[in-house]
Amino acid sequence: MGRALLYGFLLLMAGFFLLPVYLVVLTALKEPARITLETVWQWPHPPYWESFRTAWEAFRPKFQNSVVLAVSATLLSALVGSLNGYVLAKWPFRGSGLLFALILFGMFIPYQSILIPLFQFMKSIGLYGSLFGLVLVHVIYGIPIVTLIFRNYYSEIPDELVEAARIDGAGFFGIFRHVILPLSVPAFVVVAIWQFTQIWNEFLFAVTLTRPESQPITVALAQLAGGEAVKWNLPMAGAILAALPTLLVYILLGRYFLRGLLAGSVKG
Amino acid sequence: MRKWLLAIGMVLGLSALAQGGKLEIFSWWAGDEGPALEALIRLYKQKYPGVEVINATVTGGAGVNARAVLKTRMLGGDPPDTFQVHAGMELIGTWVVANRMEDLSALFRQEGWLQAFPKGLIDLISYKGGIWSVPVNIHRSNVMWYLPAKLKEWGVNPPRTWDEFLATCQTLKQKGLEAPLALGENWTQQHLWESVALAVLGPDDWNNLWNGKLKFTDPKAVRAWEVFGRVLDCANKDAAGLSWQQAVDRVVQGKAAFNVMGDWAAGYMTTTLKLKPGTDFAWAPSPGTQGVFMMLSDSFGLPKGAKNRQNAINWLRLVGSKEGQDTFNPLKGSIAARLDSDPSKYNAYGQSAMKDWRSNRIVGSLVHGAVAPESFMSQFGTVMEIFLQTRNPQAAANAAQAIADQVGLGRLGQ
Amino acid sequence: MRDRILAFLVLLPSVLAVGVFVYGFIGQNLWVSLTDWGKDPAQALALRPELRFVGLENYRELFTGFVDVRFRQSVVNLIFFTLFFMAGSLGLGLLLALAVDKAPRGEGFFRTVFLFPMALSFVVTGTIWRWLLQPQGGVNVLPTLFGLPPLSFPGLATREQVLVFDWNRLPFYTALVVGLVLLYVAYAAYREGERRRALWGLASAGVLLLWAFAFGRGLRLLPYPEVHGFSLALVGVILAAVWQMSGYTMALYLAGLRGIPVEVLEAARVDGASEWQLFRRVIFPMLAPITLSAMIVLGHIALKIFDLVFAMAGLDYAPTDVPAIYMYLLAFRGNQFAKGAAIGILLLLLVAVVVVPYLATQLRKEVRR
Repeated sequence: MGRALLYGFLLLMAGFFLLPVYLVVLTALKEPARITLETVWQWPHPPYWESFRTAWEAFRPKFQNSVVLAVSATLLSALVGSLNGYVLAKWPFRGSGLLFALILFGMFIPYQSILIPLFQFMKSIGLYGSLFGLVLVHVIYGIPIVTLIFRNYYSEIPDELVEAARIDGAGFFGIFRHVILPLSVPAFVVVAIWQFTQIWNEFLFAVTLTRPESQPITVALAQLAGGEAVKWNLPMAGAILAALPTLLVYILLGRYFLRGLLAGSVKG
Repeated sequence: MRKWLLAIGMVLGLSALAQGGKLEIFSWWAGDEGPALEALIRLYKQKYPGVEVINATVTGGAGVNARAVLKTRMLGGDPPDTFQVHAGMELIGTWVVANRMEDLSALFRQEGWLQAFPKGLIDLISYKGGIWSVPVNIHRSNVMWYLPAKLKEWGVNPPRTWDEFLATCQTLKQKGLEAPLALGENWTQQHLWESVALAVLGPDDWNNLWNGKLKFTDPKAVRAWEVFGRVLDCANKDAAGLSWQQAVDRVVQGKAAFNVMGDWAAGYMTTTLKLKPGTDFAWAPSPGTQGVFMMLSDSFGLPKGAKNRQNAINWLRLVGSKEGQDTFNPLKGSIAARLDSDPSKYNAYGQSAMKDWRSNRIVGSLVHGAVAPESFMSQFGTVMEIFLQTRNPQAAANAAQAIADQVGLGRLGQ
Repeated sequence: MRDRILAFLVLLPSVLAVGVFVYGFIGQNLWVSLTDWGKDPAQALALRPELRFVGLENYRELFTGFVDVRFRQSVVNLIFFTLFFMAGSLGLGLLLALAVDKAPRGEGFFRTVFLFPMALSFVVTGTIWRWLLQPQGGVNVLPTLFGLPPLSFPGLATREQVLVFDWNRLPFYTALVVGLVLLYVAYAAYREGERRRALWGLASAGVLLLWAFAFGRGLRLLPYPEVHGFSLALVGVILAAVWQMSGYTMALYLAGLRGIPVEVLEAARVDGASEWQLFRRVIFPMLAPITLSAMIVLGHIALKIFDLVFAMAGLDYAPTDVPAIYMYLLAFRGNQFAKGAAIGILLLLLVAVVVVPYLATQLRKEVRR
């Protein structure tokens, strides 16, 4: 009896979670004229696959930008985060706690506040309009959260391991390479998943700091929605296509995600 | 230093000779509105083959994202060569008073545009003796849409005044139509408001609101809110969650009788819903505004410091020309700003609108940037919200006046 | 200690980057918020705007000006949104984690399904939920597919408010709440044996409560009563946000549950604890650090929320206003850059009020370790 209730609850919740997704898929398969509020749940006869092709055509030139952006920014973020976390967890010095607190606090700044000064700054150092500039911006604004994740994760690694390596003669980078890095895979996965999702879906910086040749697909996604008269099948199809890479990352790395969270967040 | 100058001079000279270089056109047109702009760009490329045209559009409902990007760029000293902007105070109150735009009067005189565009329009786009943008299209704000077949079925006629409207509304409610007027989210409600206000005040007092001669707290202006409140009682209660297309859908499905919306609704009904203008759906000037054309216009200007100034000027020439406007507008679903455009290129709605454009009195729209600067427009939403929350005409009028005082409405002057 | 210097140098670039890109810009924001940038259209978008220093004028207008009633409602909305969003995400996440943990089969499937919404951008989520909550369509129509009568959940279209209060009473309520919190802190300090802190807490609480009842009630921020409350339209936004983020909290809690050593649970069971007692006294406290960590992440998303509200209700719908939306409106549509910057600073202050004490206690704990 208890088991039936449990599965009943789980299935009900799964339904709640999948309902909106079902709606997205449904709308993507309809012709524009048939997308109305009243018929929102009806399955189209026949399904209209054109939207996906149109969306893909709009994405294709920008897809590469998104991939380069998300992958390189995520890798750099992970590297920076792991080094920072390592320092804060295993090599604390006077004031390092305060520095950590200051870095963390920076996470809360709303992006609209800094849009204008950021733009002016990027322009003055010549990085406005380039994909590299956008990568840099995402890495920098990702520093607080990746540092948090790695620091929490590394503080779980027993100090004795570090001590043992030091007695064996390893220095700062030696310990990092031989002791810390091999144990870091789950944390890298957590950071990779979080940063990839955030960067892949980010719109404001993407649209302001780039020129048309360096825009990622979030801009193309907004483009599909058009201006005054929106044909909803296109943005919905686009949203599904845009979410696929992230979904792929979740499915493939989902197991490691848990292992990483387990170790990285238990002690807060 | 001199070698640098020489080199730069050579490069500039050569590029002028080749008429190459780039042209960056900044707009918020995409999706359904994309093809019109693209047709215009194709025309430009035919005339000026050496130029690389960059179509830098930033979409997002009615330019909300584009404005952020444009302002960020302009503040950072990186203006596009030309950008789309609503003609009138939206341009003047933001960019012209800040001394960021070039005066185009000479261009207007060269191209004979002072005769090609109606005087009412020229007045709206002039400021302190200069003319600041080239209108490429005209949309009409005060239009009421309905389905003739449905109206016949219910036995009513399109009302000619708001009093008639309220009476028709009662008749329809008795026939079982819960909400005879279809309405959408906040900005469409502002859109409705300006039709009501225009009818209540008349075109002269409407203009006086914006040049500071008539206060919002004047009883005439307060009356606009009173009528508006009564009109709202005829509208659907779930308006806040509907986009303007969904409101139009209500009329098409027979759940509502009327919808007051700009004439992009015609484009939506023709292109997306595949209805025939005149037969399947019809229109009339919104009640009480016959003979008045409340316009809004997309236009292009020339920012100071544009990197490819000559290319931009050529673009402006094209945009204001008969050929350019008659290429762009049939695809966009608007009408040309010029008085001499060719009616045969437009559908039934376009032709009817063109006739009105040539004969009616022209006033500017509030909601779409013609008569009030952005500092006022952006806060008018708050005034509307205050009214919707309290349904108190005096409170709304006070709020509007407070904002007008704060931004110095009317002080910018002509 | 060459290694210590190396450690510092490794951290330095991040510190510098954050220093410039975050604190440098915050500083610039602060400066701008004390000017009148935007009031004079001739200067707002000029190439080199001339700004006048006006001190705290923008802040005064935001809190007591007639026109900025929307800002005040947006702050109230933000507080309610954050509270319910965090409670909802944490609560639902915990429930889901407990259920998935106990279910012997299908964990992979359920986990992916619950985590999936996080892959979507807020814009897509907002649009879909907007349709779902439309009074004439979406969720209300769903029962008709099964032959049942339609629902009439008003969704975003409602303008009702509950928990209504008058803005003029805000100082009084704030002083009350802070006073009570100080009393609690004093009590906790007393129990830990820290007499000085307890006395300080008691004294400040006393002063505050005295002021509240003596003067606080008569304080007039505005010359007229202004009604604020919890907008029920926010419920739709909260629902969408919880839908998007519960998967993340579920994953956190699932990892936490797996991290509890089985021996501890077994020992408790052997001692005769029921499942409920087990949960309350063993599992829940051990999940506390995760809760804290999740609260930081959820809190920072809640505070900055913009895309979701924009997609669901647009920029002009007062019942769902949040400060980020109003700031965007002021700055990029109304060209009032100084006021927009002031809102940014206020948001940061709001965050600081919550986060700084937390960080301070964390640091103190580490020093003690």
